[in-house]
Amino acid sequence: MRRAVLIAIPYVWLLALFLVPFFIVLKISLSDIALAIPPYSPTLDLSAGWAGIKEFFSQLDLENYVWLTEDDLYWKAYLSSVKIALISTFFTLLVGYPIAYGMARAPQEWRPTLMMLIILPFWTSFLIRVYAWMGILSNEGYLNQILLWTGIISTPLTILNTSTAVYIGIVYTYLPFMILPIYSALERMDGSLIEAAEDLGCSRFQAFWLVTIPLSKPGIIAGCFLVMIPVIGEFVIPSLLGGSGTLMIGKVLWEEFFSNRDWPVASAVAIVLLLILIIPIVLFQRNQQKQAEAEG
Amino acid sequence: MPLFSDCRTGAVLNSDVFAPWDDPQAKPLIQFQNVTKRFGEFTAIDNLSLDIFEREFFALLGPSGCGKTTMMRMLAGFETPTEGHILLGGQDIDPIPPNKRAVNMMFQSYALFPHLSVWENIAFGLRRDNMPKHDLEERVEEMLRLTRLEQFARRKPHQISGGQRQRVALARSLAKAPKLLLLDEPLGALDKKLRQDTQFELMDIQEKTGTTFVIVTHDQEEAMTVASRVAVMDQGQLMQVSTPDRIYENPVSVYVADFIGDVNIIEGRAAPSGEDSYQIDWAEGQAPLTASSPTGFSNGQSCHLAIRPEKVTISAERPSDAVNAVQGKVHDIAYLGNLSTYYVELANGIIIKAQTANTRRISRRSFTWEDPVWLSWTATAAVLLAN
Repeated sequence: MRRAVLIAIPYVWLLALFLVPFFIVLKISLSDIALAIPPYSPTLDLSAGWAGIKEFFSQLDLENYVWLTEDDLYWKAYLSSVKIALISTFFTLLVGYPIAYGMARAPQEWRPTLMMLIILPFWTSFLIRVYAWMGILSNEGYLNQILLWTGIISTPLTILNTSTAVYIGIVYTYLPFMILPIYSALERMDGSLIEAAEDLGCSRFQAFWLVTIPLSKPGIIAGCFLVMIPVIGEFVIPSLLGGSGTLMIGKVLWEEFFSNRDWPVASAVAIVLLLILIIPIVLFQRNQQKQAEAEG
Repeated sequence: MPLFSDCRTGAVLNSDVFAPWDDPQAKPLIQFQNVTKRFGEFTAIDNLSLDIFEREFFALLGPSGCGKTTMMRMLAGFETPTEGHILLGGQDIDPIPPNKRAVNMMFQSYALFPHLSVWENIAFGLRRDNMPKHDLEERVEEMLRLTRLEQFARRKPHQISGGQRQRVALARSLAKAPKLLLLDEPLGALDKKLRQDTQFELMDIQEKTGTTFVIVTHDQEEAMTVASRVAVMDQGQLMQVSTPDRIYENPVSVYVADFIGDVNIIEGRAAPSGEDSYQIDWAEGQAPLTASSPTGFSNGQSCHLAIRPEKVTISAERPSDAVNAVQGKVHDIAYLGNLSTYYVELANGIIIKAQTANTRRISRRSFTWEDPVWLSWTATAAVLLAN
């Protein structure tokens, strides 16, 4: 009995906070837009009994999904989101790996401090940090001021409201998600493996390439998924740092919902986004499981 | 292992004995020339000179922190001497990085690459040399046969047992046919039974391949079993370098006598009583002990008499012909199955250990607790040491 209760807790949690909202959104995505409160129809009218339920289901259709395929805005936005996610994940890896490597090689007594420094930004609101980047990247921002002052450039660079700003924002924000799994993989690595590789004829670089990289692969994969999955649906960074040229599905979703007040289409966009994300999530779970098996 | 058992027992003709260290003409493979290694304030190796010869199975033995691992890491190239030089085949190897040395190491943790199969682990070093595919495959197969790992070639290191991992590590470090193989506590992670079997396997492989082995260990039994010569180290210095039998039978210091095996140490003052023979005054009201020693002692010089417990005879009556005999009572008995060690307390409180083989069943044991007994030993049984 006690066991059943214990097991029930996560399932109830999942049911209440994921499945129920999911089915509500799914239902809305199958509805039609209406000038009403809530702004869609049909709504379930239980007072009409069985006939009411039948009537309710007969009005649901896939019209909104068809619409998503007809207007090229949507698939372009999806594609562009995936592209931005892939590129920024790559850059996050490029920046994050050396940091994680440096942390793992740092003296034992320094590691908690370094770890703290990585986690510290989380103590400030994400929104404030993104706003801070606006202050840094704008035409009159600190970055341009410094570059002008040092004489590297003569006219201010336009960074804010471009995709570059979006990439900078994403890499900055998601860097800890990349660093931490790679760090944990590298930290566990036995240092004598590198010595063994060198002993067997590897140069420093070969030892890194043939031993360190393969052994940190699970960390790299985990980090990449942890960055890529949320970035695909990212809304705040592109809308604050990106200009009109940055097309991301999160922004489209927001506009569909709040500007157009087209809840059914917005819901359909959300459902498709979820389906797209399921693929990397499943792959991520597989990776985690494989790693757990390899260690066990 | 006839080569090594022979050199210990001296059962064959002198010319067949493997003892290049006694031959002034022999050129050593490795030479430590006044090597000092400091880590900050700490001196790990203190002005140490040592020659190791080709085909030797050389053991570095000592307690943890004595500098034996540092010696090995200097040979592998992971550390460089602060002062002095290390020569390999006459060439100064200090500036040569580890990946360019004809030296391979078997790590204490084995350091097998967990992402590679047994086969790929063994091939790892060969691939770095760009060995042709056919030769490489042949060499790996040969190594697998040598270490009896053929059927585990496709497994990953975490899918095999500790003893098999040990053999993979050995095969991997031998694959490149190094001039010198370093083994850092190679059997430390194995249980006792497996360790004993593996010791003989190691000796076998060493003999088959003709590689020079330098082994680091803190286990004196292991060093005695496998090595042609043993170096006993303490605090960065060599205490004694010799064959296992000489280390055991003729230790040069109390430290070595105490570190290798079990020993009784009796302190006293020496008085010459003939050629190479000394009387040792060791306790009030006790007859002096007689011991022979090739090293000279002056009259009244303080000395230590080291006697191995198995060389002490225990008896109920005083043996009539005994040179040295002392009386005491059995204080404690350590029963080891095949052997029993009797801790005999003398009248002045000194405890002397005597070891006998248990040739009779335990119920028929001659002595028990509190029995008055006599301990006796010959003049040559003990070693007289100055310090």
